[in-house]
Amino acid sequence: MRTTLGERLTDWAISGFMWGFRILIVFIVVYGTFSTLSSGKYTGEQWIDFIIFGISQGSIYALIALGYTMVYGILRMINFAHGEIFMSGAFSAYFLATWLDKMGFIDANPALGLIIPILFAMFMSASISMLVERIAYRPLRNAPRLVPLISAIGASFFLQYTFRGFFGPGVYAYPPIKALQGEWVFFGIGILKSQVIVAVSAAVIMAILYVIVMRTKIGKAMRAVSEDKDTAALMGIDVNRIIVSTFAIGAAMAGAAGVLYALIFRQVGFFMGFTPGIKAFTSAVLGGIGNIPGAMLGGLVLGVFESIGPALFLDGLGIPRPYQLKDAIAYTMLVMILLFRPSGILGERLTSKKA
Amino acid sequence: MSILNINNVHTYYGNIHALKGLTITVEKGEIVTLIGGNGAGKTTTLRTICGLLQPREGDVFFNGENLNKYKAHEVVYKGISMVPEGRGIFTRLTITENLEMGAYSRNNAEEIKEDMERVFTLFPRLKERRNQVAGTLSGGEQQMLATGRALMTRPTVLLMDEPSMGLAPVLVELIFDTIGQINKQGVTILLVEQNAHMALSVAHRGYVLQTGEIVLSDTAEKLKNDPTVQKAYLGIE
Repeated sequence: MRTTLGERLTDWAISGFMWGFRILIVFIVVYGTFSTLSSGKYTGEQWIDFIIFGISQGSIYALIALGYTMVYGILRMINFAHGEIFMSGAFSAYFLATWLDKMGFIDANPALGLIIPILFAMFMSASISMLVERIAYRPLRNAPRLVPLISAIGASFFLQYTFRGFFGPGVYAYPPIKALQGEWVFFGIGILKSQVIVAVSAAVIMAILYVIVMRTKIGKAMRAVSEDKDTAALMGIDVNRIIVSTFAIGAAMAGAAGVLYALIFRQVGFFMGFTPGIKAFTSAVLGGIGNIPGAMLGGLVLGVFESIGPALFLDGLGIPRPYQLKDAIAYTMLVMILLFRPSGILGERLTSKKA
Repeated sequence: MSILNINNVHTYYGNIHALKGLTITVEKGEIVTLIGGNGAGKTTTLRTICGLLQPREGDVFFNGENLNKYKAHEVVYKGISMVPEGRGIFTRLTITENLEMGAYSRNNAEEIKEDMERVFTLFPRLKERRNQVAGTLSGGEQQMLATGRALMTRPTVLLMDEPSMGLAPVLVELIFDTIGQINKQGVTILLVEQNAHMALSVAHRGYVLQTGEIVLSDTAEKLKNDPTVQKAYLGIE
């Protein structure tokens, strides 16, 4: 290895910077945590609240992240319109739920009042996603990788402003499900019912997805196509059909997530997909993009960190409004993964190719 | 009528003229081999037959039916199966799942089960590892799996691309033994090989391919004794 002095100095400078960055992050986390805990500002109950909220929010991220990761796994493409697919699911469910609410159906059947809008949102999101795939992605299947990415961003804006055009820039209130208001008390700790329901529903949906991917013929075909499209075609697998199904299944997860999101935050608007979309993308990268359990884990980890992070790390540093910085925590995590473990928690090395 | 008839086929990769008017016929029950050096167009020929590439000119007939209008995943349903170059194993699927993918085009669960047992009798080593992820198999086992997977489609014609590639001599013998066995069960085989010696010892007839054209075709026996073949592909001076 012949390296000039200049090159070596650059190497040192880069690794010095990386180490400095690591030390800074560790210092902030350790010092912040220590001073928060020693100040005793938060009670144990509050910490549990943070964690529960983190889990329910994280399971929403996980549901959305599955769509990113599955599409990436099969096409090596980031579907940046996925956040808008989530939004369109929530919007569709909002209209159905409002109508059901007016008829008094939701109050009479709270369980069905939850499940029917979820199924409707899944259906609508899947349909819209299949259209987007057909119009914006499939014609570009063999184009250079940057081209479908730009097309995805275009599709994302198109969907946002279509919804804005039809329904205005305002925010709509998702009808409450009365049976899910209030708290359940476990071991003396009150937990919001809506958060429990969100986490449980997300877990059930993810379990169903996992069984589909691992056990059914179409799931196995999806995994085969994600490894080798030509060979999959030689088996008689219609690769295009599998790709469309992947989009549809991922979008259905996002649609369900849209309803769960509306259940916690009670708001639906044309721009609601942006932030959760980016957070879910972060979760997918965090877990290892292309890896399904990774997306689930990444979502939960991000949700919990984002929820306890501001109080645990930042409050102790004397930052006056730590909650305003919770998005900063999410994006700092994204940058840190990209810097220190680009393959994510469960991901394989991106360069590793089969022999 | 020949079972497979490749008639004056021209295939291009972009602007590269890879097959220049190829004509090959394969009769039912035969083993036919295509031999030739690197870049002669052997793999391109197989990819054209199975629909992964479309010929710009010329036709591929299977049992008299023109295959040009079918896509790769539809050709399988006609009864043509391929063991691709480099084996194309789904490394993250288990062995059983790989074989199930081979049977993707079929629906009769009973028959599929029977056929899987048949593959396991052909390659007992696969049976021992049926629930293992295929990426953990050795090269020889992967070749067995790729062959077994292709048989799971119940093909009438089996296309094999370089089955000996990267295998130890013992395993090469085993694979070629199996090719003979598969053929005796009634499957017609079109075999592409760089290992001309092995290919000509198992095949009935052979074609010699050079830069996208057939330069020689004869029975395997005669090709083996042909001085140009001996010099160029068998290493005999």
